[in-house]
Amino acid sequence: MSGRLFDKVWDRHLVVSPEGEPALLYIDLHLVHEVTSPQAFEGLELAGRPVRRPELTVATMDHDVPTIDADKPIADPLAAAQISRLRANCAAHGITLHGLGSIEQGIVHVIGPQLGLTQPGMTVVCGDSHTSTHGAFGALAFGIGTTEVEHVLATQTLRQVKPTAMAVTVDGQLGDGITAKDLVLGIIRALGVGGGVGSVIEYRGEAIRGLSMAGRMTVCNMSIEGGARAGMIAPDDTTFAYLEGRRHSPKGRQWEAALDDWRSLATDEDAQFDHEIRIDAAALRPGVTWGTNPAQSVTIDDKVPDPSSFASPAQQQAAQRALTYMGLEAGTAIRDIPVDVVFIGSCTNGRLPDLRSAADAIRGRKVSPGVRALVVPGSARVKAEAEAEGLDRVFTDAGFEWRSAGCSMCLGMNGDILTPGQRSASTSNRNFEGRQGPGGRTHLVSPGVAAATAVAGRFTTPGDL
Amino acid sequence: MPGVQRIGGRAVAVDRANIDTDQIIPAAWLKRVERSGFEAGLFGAWRDDPAFPLNRPGAAEAKILVAGDNFGCGSSREHAVWALQDFGFAAVVSPGFADIFHGNAISSGLVPAQAEAATVARMFAALAADPDAEVVVDVAARTVAIPSAGLEEPFALPDFARWRLLEGLDDVALTLRHAAAIDAFEAARPSWLPAQAPAGPAHR
Repeated sequence: MSGRLFDKVWDRHLVVSPEGEPALLYIDLHLVHEVTSPQAFEGLELAGRPVRRPELTVATMDHDVPTIDADKPIADPLAAAQISRLRANCAAHGITLHGLGSIEQGIVHVIGPQLGLTQPGMTVVCGDSHTSTHGAFGALAFGIGTTEVEHVLATQTLRQVKPTAMAVTVDGQLGDGITAKDLVLGIIRALGVGGGVGSVIEYRGEAIRGLSMAGRMTVCNMSIEGGARAGMIAPDDTTFAYLEGRRHSPKGRQWEAALDDWRSLATDEDAQFDHEIRIDAAALRPGVTWGTNPAQSVTIDDKVPDPSSFASPAQQQAAQRALTYMGLEAGTAIRDIPVDVVFIGSCTNGRLPDLRSAADAIRGRKVSPGVRALVVPGSARVKAEAEAEGLDRVFTDAGFEWRSAGCSMCLGMNGDILTPGQRSASTSNRNFEGRQGPGGRTHLVSPGVAAATAVAGRFTTPGDL
Repeated sequence: MPGVQRIGGRAVAVDRANIDTDQIIPAAWLKRVERSGFEAGLFGAWRDDPAFPLNRPGAAEAKILVAGDNFGCGSSREHAVWALQDFGFAAVVSPGFADIFHGNAISSGLVPAQAEAATVARMFAALAADPDAEVVVDVAARTVAIPSAGLEEPFALPDFARWRLLEGLDDVALTLRHAAAIDAFEAARPSWLPAQAPAGPAHR
């Protein structure tokens, strides 16, 4: 046994590993949402197969749910049909569904941890690439396609070629006001958008240990943006403190047994990785993307880069193409770029601590005239908890829209979109062309920077206000 | 799913790296609950540009897409594979594929032919010189060829994936051969692991 966290979780889920075939891994938790599941249920029914373990399957609706007018019927007929299909599929197969109106409804990667469903050492899959989020608990968690969703529904297993193991070690401590989002943008900048393909990343080092669970989820969430299959962080007292007492966390003697087991998961000191990169936490500054993939970022103190500064002709062309799409001139100071829309939310940054840090930046201030700003809590429970703290009033007093839970403008499926040419400061995870709406221009930032930017009308940090 | 041995026909070349699945099939198309009918959404935004290679005369008959490295990065949406197939593509040739896309392609019978970067560069050059040149992707031999340009090179495809593509196998049926092993595994899982109370009519 090579003694890495990843191997330990992998090995304990091996059902069979036949010669010449990918391994068959047992899946402890299968999360399901409305967009990537209908064709999987249909395939199952066409083949006359049941859902093998409905009690290990949990569904919610998040991708195309409206975030306004929660009391009215869903206006978009296609979204309404997709959501009603999920309800019917869950009812037919005995799958627990946290639907609209439930306090547990929300973005699938927010509700799993919130319910205590995501635990150290588990395997977690979902038909969504940001399933890597759950790796923050020391689970092996990754996104799958719809055919694989059907496979897991039918067999509670998945065929997987074992990825390689990469260490991303973050030495030192993050500076004042530097967040997990700035850290992961810095990691992806170093790794490149495809640098993690074929590997599972373990995030290690002092700065990782110092992150809250919300921060760890932000980091693991964006593993896929560096191409990695999954991201993982060894469970520790921070993890256990988060889990204790949650609805699905073990209780009593089971809790003690689980703790003993979870403490054995950490990578052994002498273990080796297939690849390693090191990041100096103290050198990080607030990150802002300038291009059309999440590796194309600089710090807020920088300027939009000159395409000719890149090494290869292909990178130069990609940078030029990105600047053209983004409507940016090389050499423009990031702080001089005005924005039209600010979006705070998503599975990356839609948790209560994210909303608190955004609220702290704007308390008593006003959104800049001409800027549209919206806050979309990651789950109905996050929304309720934020309201109990009065955060909704902080946002609405400042001129933000306060919405209901969902994926919303992260991927623009539900009508919350940018119009062509609009520029956003967004706490989400992808700045691909058209991601937030056709022709929209996305800059990824932390919640604090997003909120401060809404006030200033151009990129700025909370400390600068 | 029918098996696929050899694909020959026209190709479309998109010489860009890191083509993400939001470009291949924009999110607005994901509201469909069907597994087909995505052809009009393929590269939806990029097709607004008349110069985009998919708008070239003859592209509608193309069977093979040749693209830059890290093809299919981003979202897990298998709709990206379905959109390529609905348009008529049976294979994508690239120096590299994002992991989830690669798995989805094999699941749905689209051949992800991972060729050396130098091979793909030569294919781009050959297709720039003759956009109508015949391209051949031989799954059995794991080779890509442009006969008129004298090009024939190997591509990478794992053995098991190659077998599944050749035979057009249903992965669930293959896995259910191991049903006894799954039963045995389940019997030994730790008792603290989360499970939902039985819900709905399936648990009457």
